[in-house]
Amino acid sequence: MARSHTAPAAALFPGLISIELTVNGAKVKLDIAPWTTLLDALRDRMGLMGTKKGCDHGQCGACTVLVDGRRVNSCLTLAVMKDGAEVITVEGLATDGVLHPVQQAFIDHDAFQCGYCTPGQICSAIGLIAEGKAKTPDDIRELMSGNICRCAAYPNIVAAIQQAMDAS
Amino acid sequence: MTTYIGTATSRVDGRDKVTGAARYAGEYGAPDLAHGSVVNSTIAKGRIRRIDAGEAMKVDGVITVLTHENRPPMADNDEAYKDDVAPGDGSPYRPLYDGSIKFNGQPVALVLAEDLETATYAASLVKVEYEEQPHITDFEKQLGKAKALPAPAKPRGDAAKAFAVSDIRHDAEYYVPVEHHNPMELFASTAVWRDGKLTVYDKTQGVQNVQRYLCGVFQARPDEIRVMSPFMGGGFGSGLRPQYQVVLAVLGARALKRSVRLVLTRQQMYMVGYRPAMVQRIQLGAKTDGALNAITHNATTITSQYEDFHRNETTWSGLLYKSETASYAHKLVRLDLPAACDMRAPSAATGVYALEAAMDELAVALQMDPLELRLKCYSDSDQHTGLPFSSKSLRECYSQAAEAFGWSRRNPEPRSMREGNDLIGWGMATGIWEALQVPITVRITLTANGHAEVACATSDIGTGTYTIMAQAAADMLGVPIDNVTVKLGDSTLPPSPVEGGSWIAASVSNGIVTTSNAIRDELLRLAETMPNSPLMGIKTADVTLSDGSVTVKKTPRSTVPIADIMRHAGVDRIAQEKATKFGKDGKHAHNTHSAIFAEVKVDEQLGVIRVTRLVSAVAAGRILNLKTARSQVMGGMIWGIGMALHEETLIDHRFGRIMNANIAEYHVPVNADVHSVEVIFVDEQDDIVNPMGIKGLGEIGIVGVPAAIANAVYHATGKRVRDLPITLDKLTRDA
Ligand code: FES
Ligand code: FES
Repeated sequence: MARSHTAPAAALFPGLISIELTVNGAKVKLDIAPWTTLLDALRDRMGLMGTKKGCDHGQCGACTVLVDGRRVNSCLTLAVMKDGAEVITVEGLATDGVLHPVQQAFIDHDAFQCGYCTPGQICSAIGLIAEGKAKTPDDIRELMSGNICRCAAYPNIVAAIQQAMDAS
Repeated sequence: MTTYIGTATSRVDGRDKVTGAARYAGEYGAPDLAHGSVVNSTIAKGRIRRIDAGEAMKVDGVITVLTHENRPPMADNDEAYKDDVAPGDGSPYRPLYDGSIKFNGQPVALVLAEDLETATYAASLVKVEYEEQPHITDFEKQLGKAKALPAPAKPRGDAAKAFAVSDIRHDAEYYVPVEHHNPMELFASTAVWRDGKLTVYDKTQGVQNVQRYLCGVFQARPDEIRVMSPFMGGGFGSGLRPQYQVVLAVLGARALKRSVRLVLTRQQMYMVGYRPAMVQRIQLGAKTDGALNAITHNATTITSQYEDFHRNETTWSGLLYKSETASYAHKLVRLDLPAACDMRAPSAATGVYALEAAMDELAVALQMDPLELRLKCYSDSDQHTGLPFSSKSLRECYSQAAEAFGWSRRNPEPRSMREGNDLIGWGMATGIWEALQVPITVRITLTANGHAEVACATSDIGTGTYTIMAQAAADMLGVPIDNVTVKLGDSTLPPSPVEGGSWIAASVSNGIVTTSNAIRDELLRLAETMPNSPLMGIKTADVTLSDGSVTVKKTPRSTVPIADIMRHAGVDRIAQEKATKFGKDGKHAHNTHSAIFAEVKVDEQLGVIRVTRLVSAVAAGRILNLKTARSQVMGGMIWGIGMALHEETLIDHRFGRIMNANIAEYHVPVNADVHSVEVIFVDEQDDIVNPMGIKGLGEIGIVGVPAAIANAVYHATGKRVRDLPITLDKLTRDA
């Protein structure tokens, strides 16, 4: 059945906005309401459920994706703000079935239990490594503190990131 | 035979979790999917006078607004709402059942719309008028009105009298606030409607519990509702009982005759179950040499007005340490809040906190080393029953953890150790939990090509159940782990109780042994008819399955490939489904133990506390997977940091409403809060507890940790804070 993309309150509604994103290497055109977050656009419009919603308020980091190479909380980002941007989600990290070194390091070090925070942790870790600021385990701990893991795999997350950092 | 069991095998579902392929409850779709959003009450007690959904209904894309007035029929009796984990006493809460308001944040309407934003926006337009009644949410104010429960355990001797004449006495009250589980995954249910039947993807620790519950609530036939939960983004007890969103999702699907997804917000997740706030009073009386002669442990915990949830915090005290006398009492305070529920190591995380903090205070009063005091009071039998333990390696836990920590270098004087601006404190505590096991049924299908499918309606809530099931099956059937497929989290699979209480690892592993033995028996039976079979007349106990063959243990060259046996019998697979029950062991107590040592650094001026080192040595029988086991215990220990220093749900009593209902103001440990965490597994062979000697690990990790940290804070600062969490304001406040 047809999905209605009509807006909540007609009077308030400024109309759908056309944007184009590159998501995991593929161009995606969207007609989207201005209040739709990048997170909901990925999950509900594009069916990319790998990116998680843990709070929708920028408090937990579960929704972290890479936008133009930088880690961002996609729940705090309106999709329309990122027109033209390149977005990489957890689904876009492996190449030809070979895991990204950070993904592999997470498995090797058991850096998760339930796995719900994991896509955000992994994207955040890749962003962190690209930033090049983290030199010590304490730096990693500090700079990864925007990603909550209630299963508390923290020491393993730090070890996994160190492994990936050493390899890169 | 044990290629995989006992090793550090990586999670078999790891790849799914790091690639985003693992699907959680709110991530299933359907072509006819509608989205729900819940309207919550803004008062804590009273009645709904009127609900006006007119404005909401006008919004383009809104399908309907369900309230207690227009919802589809639901059962009208308490029995129907009693899930497997419901407390015996009281009437379970019925979501959207009638106009009465029992707690602030109670769901009062469900908006269903074509997309999430529309539903969320329309929910904000629903107007609710209430007839408000005075509410009570202030625990402290109600302490005088607490209702006494029957004695949690039989007292030993006359503890009051013994206490009165003890050489050294300690008597104090310990407070634990309301805490919320806060799993990272939001509570979510997707009810997929197909031809009048529902497949419900639910965030739950027990698919069959939810399935039975929904059938009761909606008076549906068992084949009309199937519940699935292949992945769960953390439970910690919050998913033991069905949450209200699953009722509302099904209600919506039945009203619309189409599929409905309902995901609660983080804020709404604070308006469901929680660890109850409690005051515990502990009296310890000892002789000058440290021998205990009196333990009194009294607890008062909170619950709702409608259900009497409680666990026994107090009886751990009498169980753990030798004491001639002991007595226990438990009282309940009813408040206008949702019912409390189980949260990681329910009763022990809290009860043992109070006991172990009190033991530290007693050690100070005795001028005795806290570890020495524990050893002085060490008991080799369950003090309630007098029964010996099936195994108890707590002494080894103490010695190995103390050694790894460097406890012998501790200066007992508070404030004696420092580093720059930081005061350093070292504290320790004991942990204990039960080694539980539950009846379970496992189905195994072994195919001629050497592939095995293991199926059971249990859950993997992050604990690693997929992995240990694959390990156990691979070893028992003699196939590579990659050839094992595990199916769980589906109510149509062979029966399993909810996953909780640390009982699934032991139960399901032994269940796999039972069913594997049945597979082996069946293979032998089929092999009997093979001409010249070296297995002729061999008993089942005398063969193993390994490398795809049935092999006689004593004469390993007598071996027949499983594929040959199946070919001969004209079958391409063998399937067996067997129930495993664990007999009641009337002769032994079954417990896991741990010893925890903690180092804290406290900024002398600011009062900021950091837990710089945690060491826990755990004795929990056979460890199935060193990798996942370590993670599980470590996770529990870090929960202990949260409980000691961070976690507290704050209620504004004027409104009876939670003030910090979000994961920024409800503090949980983040990466920067966690430093060195070391887990030691003490060798513990247990041939009594169950055939595989497994005791479970889910809870033991947290137990004792809050006390070890609190004791370290005392040692660092000389200040004893008994009210959790130990925040810097409490530390810097003048006594
Ligand atoms: S969902 Fe975006 S930070 Fe929590
Ligand atoms: S793995 Fe469960 S929240 Fe991080």
